[in-house]
Amino acid sequence: MPKDGGIGASTKRREDVRFLTGKGRYTADITLRGQTYAWFLRSEVAHGKINSINTTAAKAMPGVLAIMTGEDFAKMGGNPAGWLIQSRGGETMKEPKRPVLAHGKVRHVGDAYAIVVAETLEQARDAATAIEADITELPAVVDMAKAVANPANRVHDEIENNVCFDWGWIEDNRAAVDAAFKAAPHVTTLELVNNRLAPNAMEPRASIGDYDSGTGDYKLYTTSQNPHLSRLLIAAFVMGIPENKLTVIAPDVGGGFGSKIYHYGEEAAVLAASKAINRPVKWVADRSESFLSDAHGRDHVTKIELALDKNGTFLALRTETLANVGAYLSNFATVTPTFLHGTLMAGPYKTPLVYVNVKAVFTNTAPVDAYRGAGRPEATYSIERVVDKAARELGLDPWELRRRNLITKDMFPYTTPVGLAYDTGNYQATLDKLIEISDKKGFEKRAAESAKKGKLRGLGLSTWIEACGIAPSNLVGQLGARVGLYDAATVRVNATGNISVMVGAHSHGQGHETVFAQIVSDKLGVPASSVEIVHGDTSKIPFGMGTYGSRSLAVCGSAMIKAMDKIIAKGKKIAAHMLEAPEADIDFDDGAFMAKGTNKKLTFGEVAFSAYVPHNYPLATLEPGLEETAFYDPANFTYPAGAYACEVEVDPGTGRVEIASFTCADDFGTVMNPMIVRGQVHGGVAQGIGQALLEQAVYDNNGQLLSGSYMDYAMPRADDLPNFTVDHSCVTPCTHNPLGAKGCGEAGAIGSPPAVVNAVIDALHRAGHTHIAHIDMPLTPSRVWSAMQK
Amino acid sequence: MNDALQQQILIAEHPQKKNDPSNGSGAVDERDREKRMAKVTMTVNGKSVSGEVEGRTLLSSFLREGLGLTGTHVGCDTSQCGACVVHVDGVAAKACSVLAMDVAGSTVTTIEAMHNPDGSLGVVQQAFQDHHGLQCGFCTPGMVMTAAALLAETPKPTEHEVRHALEGNICRCTGYHNIVKAVMAASGQPVSAE
Ligand code: FES
Ligand code: FES
Repeated sequence: MPKDGGIGASTKRREDVRFLTGKGRYTADITLRGQTYAWFLRSEVAHGKINSINTTAAKAMPGVLAIMTGEDFAKMGGNPAGWLIQSRGGETMKEPKRPVLAHGKVRHVGDAYAIVVAETLEQARDAATAIEADITELPAVVDMAKAVANPANRVHDEIENNVCFDWGWIEDNRAAVDAAFKAAPHVTTLELVNNRLAPNAMEPRASIGDYDSGTGDYKLYTTSQNPHLSRLLIAAFVMGIPENKLTVIAPDVGGGFGSKIYHYGEEAAVLAASKAINRPVKWVADRSESFLSDAHGRDHVTKIELALDKNGTFLALRTETLANVGAYLSNFATVTPTFLHGTLMAGPYKTPLVYVNVKAVFTNTAPVDAYRGAGRPEATYSIERVVDKAARELGLDPWELRRRNLITKDMFPYTTPVGLAYDTGNYQATLDKLIEISDKKGFEKRAAESAKKGKLRGLGLSTWIEACGIAPSNLVGQLGARVGLYDAATVRVNATGNISVMVGAHSHGQGHETVFAQIVSDKLGVPASSVEIVHGDTSKIPFGMGTYGSRSLAVCGSAMIKAMDKIIAKGKKIAAHMLEAPEADIDFDDGAFMAKGTNKKLTFGEVAFSAYVPHNYPLATLEPGLEETAFYDPANFTYPAGAYACEVEVDPGTGRVEIASFTCADDFGTVMNPMIVRGQVHGGVAQGIGQALLEQAVYDNNGQLLSGSYMDYAMPRADDLPNFTVDHSCVTPCTHNPLGAKGCGEAGAIGSPPAVVNAVIDALHRAGHTHIAHIDMPLTPSRVWSAMQK
Repeated sequence: MNDALQQQILIAEHPQKKNDPSNGSGAVDERDREKRMAKVTMTVNGKSVSGEVEGRTLLSSFLREGLGLTGTHVGCDTSQCGACVVHVDGVAAKACSVLAMDVAGSTVTTIEAMHNPDGSLGVVQQAFQDHHGLQCGFCTPGMVMTAAALLAETPKPTEHEVRHALEGNICRCTGYHNIVKAVMAASGQPVSAE
C-alpha cells in the first residue's frame, strides 16, 4: 500500500483545509465582473389565477435592469419528470408542464412568477415590492385525501382528481396477495404518515447565469449535485440550446441530500436574464425561499397490512399509499414513491407475496421529491413499524420475529417478489453484531436506572435494506427512466507521472477528493498526494450522472477502476517496448512495470514520461499519451443492509423523548475510508432522528407553510442528539462491481426513524400504555403526552 | 439583542414588511434612514478597514461583499443557524444579525484569521480535520468560531457544555458527533466516543 493511504485507510480529508480556512468556493462566494443581482417574486397564495402583472413602476426604480415574468418564458420548454410511470390500467401518468416561471396560475406559496434584476440586491428587492400583481386567490388543494375525492378542485385544470398516476407493483401478483390475506391466520394492519420534510442543506440554493455575447456561450454556476444532468435538462428540455453552448459549474456545494439533484426554474431564469442584459446575473436564495421552493421530501400516507401464520412467519404484505408530489413534478418525483419505494417492500425478509399500490397526488404545495434515502426510508418505516406491531399482537419478541423472517445467507442471490435480485448479504450477522455492540443484555438494568429517575426507557429495533448504486440503464429504461444511469471517469496521467482524474460524481460533503485519490493511489501505486480529483465542471469532466442514491463509489468509482485498467493495459504495451520483453510477460505491481523472470523494471512515472515524450516508443502500433476514459453501467443495484437499535427515555410528565443511545451495525460491502463512512452514518442517523422526533413541513388548509423558518421547523441541534455507536465490520462485498462497494450515504436516514418510533412505543408499553399501537412522526412531546392520556 | 435592533434587521431582510400598513407613516422615514450611506471603520483580522455602507447593511454582507471575506457564510435569515459566527471584540456574534454600522470601531475576527502565524491550521481547525468534524464545510466556519469562543471562556468544557454551546449552530451533515469530538480534542481532553 502506498505510504499515504490507499483503500481502507482513514485518510484525513484534503478538502478540509480549504473549508476550515474560509477558502471554500461556494456559488454565493463567486463574484463575476459586472455582476448584477436577481430577486424572485413569489406567490403569497397557494393557488391563484394571475390576471395581470404590472411592472411599469418597478422598471423605473433605481438600478433596475430587467424584469421578466412567466409570460416571457412561456415559449420555453417544461422542466420534465425523469421517469414516466404507467398506471395500473396501462395509462401513462399525467405530466403537466412545469414552466421556468409561473404564468396563468400560481400553484404553491413560493411559486416564482417574476425575476427582477438590478445593480444591487437591495435595489432588486425594493423594485420587487413595486410590482403590482393582480392575482385572484383560488381554493387550495392541500390534503391528499380531499384532493383525490374532490374532482372539482384541481391543481392543474386538466387533471381530474389531482392524480398523477395510480401504480400497482406488481399488478400481476395482486390476486395471489389478496388470496393469501383471505386465508391468513393473522393480519396486522397499520395506518401511518411519513411526515413531510424540508431537506435543509445548510447552503441555500444559488445560481449565477453568465452569457457571453461574443461566443454565444452560456455559463451557469449553480448549487447542483449533478452538473451534467442539469446541463442536459436546461439545454435540451427547457431552453432549447445545444448542450455544447452551455457549461454548468457546481463548485463547492454545501450539502444536497437530494434537494440539489433537480433543475429548478431559477437556473434557466438567470441564464435568460443574463442574455437579456448581457451581464452576469446572480441569485442566492435566502432560507425562507429555500423552505418555500426547494423540493421537499417524504409526505406519504400509507395503510400497510402484514399477513402472518401463528408462528410469526410472514405470508404476505400489502400497502396502499397516497404520495404527495406537490404542485409540479420535480425531476425524480415520480420514481421516488414508485421504483425507489415499492421495489423495497420485501425489505430483508422472505415474505413471499408483496403488493404495493401508490397514488401520486398533486397538491398546492412545494414539489416533493427525493430526500436522503428517497422512497427507501418510506418503505423501511412502513415495514419495520408493521413488523413491530405484529410482534406485539402475537406476543412475540420483535427481535426474534425479525430473525425468523430474515433472508438467510445461503439464499443469495435472492429474487424478491417485487422485482429485485439481492446479490449478497448476511442479515443475521448484522443483527448479531447489533445485539453485541448495543449491549442488549444490559437493557433491563438500564431501564431500571431510568425508572429511578422517573423516566420510561424503551428499546427499538429496525432491520433495513436499500437498493443503491443506481442503476442498470437497460433495467431502468424498461421501467420508464428517460436517462441512463451509468457514470464516467477520465484518468489523465500527466507527463511527469502525476494524475488528474475527472469524474462524473459530485462531492458536496462526501469527501470524494480524498477517497477517490485513495483508490487511484491503491490501484496505480502512486502516492495519493500526486492524484487530483476534478469534479463539478461540465467543461472538464466526462458525461456522468452525478451524486445521489449512494451511487458515487459503486458507479463512478467503478468507472475509475475501468479507466485505470485501460491505463495499466496501455502502460504494459509501452513497458514491453521499452524493456524489450513480450507484452504478456509484463506485470504491473505497486507502481512498477516488470518483465517476468528478469530484474528489468520501469516506474509508473517513466512509462508516463515515455508516453508523452515518445522517443523510444512503439509509435507504429500505439498512440502517444496516457489518458483513458471509461463509462460504467452497473449490472445490478447494490444492497447495503443493517440493523439499528435505539434506546429512548420518555418523560411521562411532558412526553418529551430523549435519545439515550443509538447503535448501528451495517454491511456496506468493502469500505474505502472508515472515518468517512462513519461520518456518513452519523449524519444520516441525525436526519432520521430529526424526522422521527422533530421535523415537519406543515401546511395549513390554505396552503401556507407554517414551519417556514428555523423558528418553526425544528432542525436537530447538538443538544438533541447523543453520540452514536457505529460498526461496519460485517462485510459481504458487492459481487458485481470491481470495488465490492455498496454505498453508505443514505443508510442512517433509512434505518433510524422506525428504530426511534419502535423504541418510544416500547417505552410506553412497558409503562402499561398498551393501548398505544402507533404515534405518527414527529413524536413531539405533545403527541406522546396526548397519546398517554387516552 | 434589543428589540429595536431586531426590528431593523427584520426590515432589512424582509423589504415587503415595510409595506405593512401597521408600520404606519413612520415607514417612509425609516426606509430613508436605512438607505443613507455612511462610512464605517473597523479592524478586521488585524487590519484597519473602512467602507461605505447603507444603514441596513449587515456585518455579514460587509465582510462578504465589501471585503471579499467569503468564509463567513449565511445559512438563514432568522439568526438561527450560526453559519455566520465571527468574533466581535473577542465575543462570538452572528454577523447576519449585526449592522455593520453598529460595530464601527470594533475588532472583528473571521475564519480567515484562525490559522497559526506560520499558515498551518489552528488548534480548533486542526481538531476538526483530525476528527472529521466537517463534511460539506458550509457550517464549518461558524462552528469553528463558536467553538473557539467557547474554549476561550471555558478551556475544559464537558461534553454536555460543548453540545449546549453549539446549540445555536446548525449542521445538517455530521450529526454533531464528530464536531463534539473535535471540540473536546481541541480542549486537550480525552475523546470518549469513537
Ligand atoms: S446566517 Fe447568521 S444565524 Fe444563520
Ligand atoms: S458540514 Fe455540512 S452543514 Fe455542517
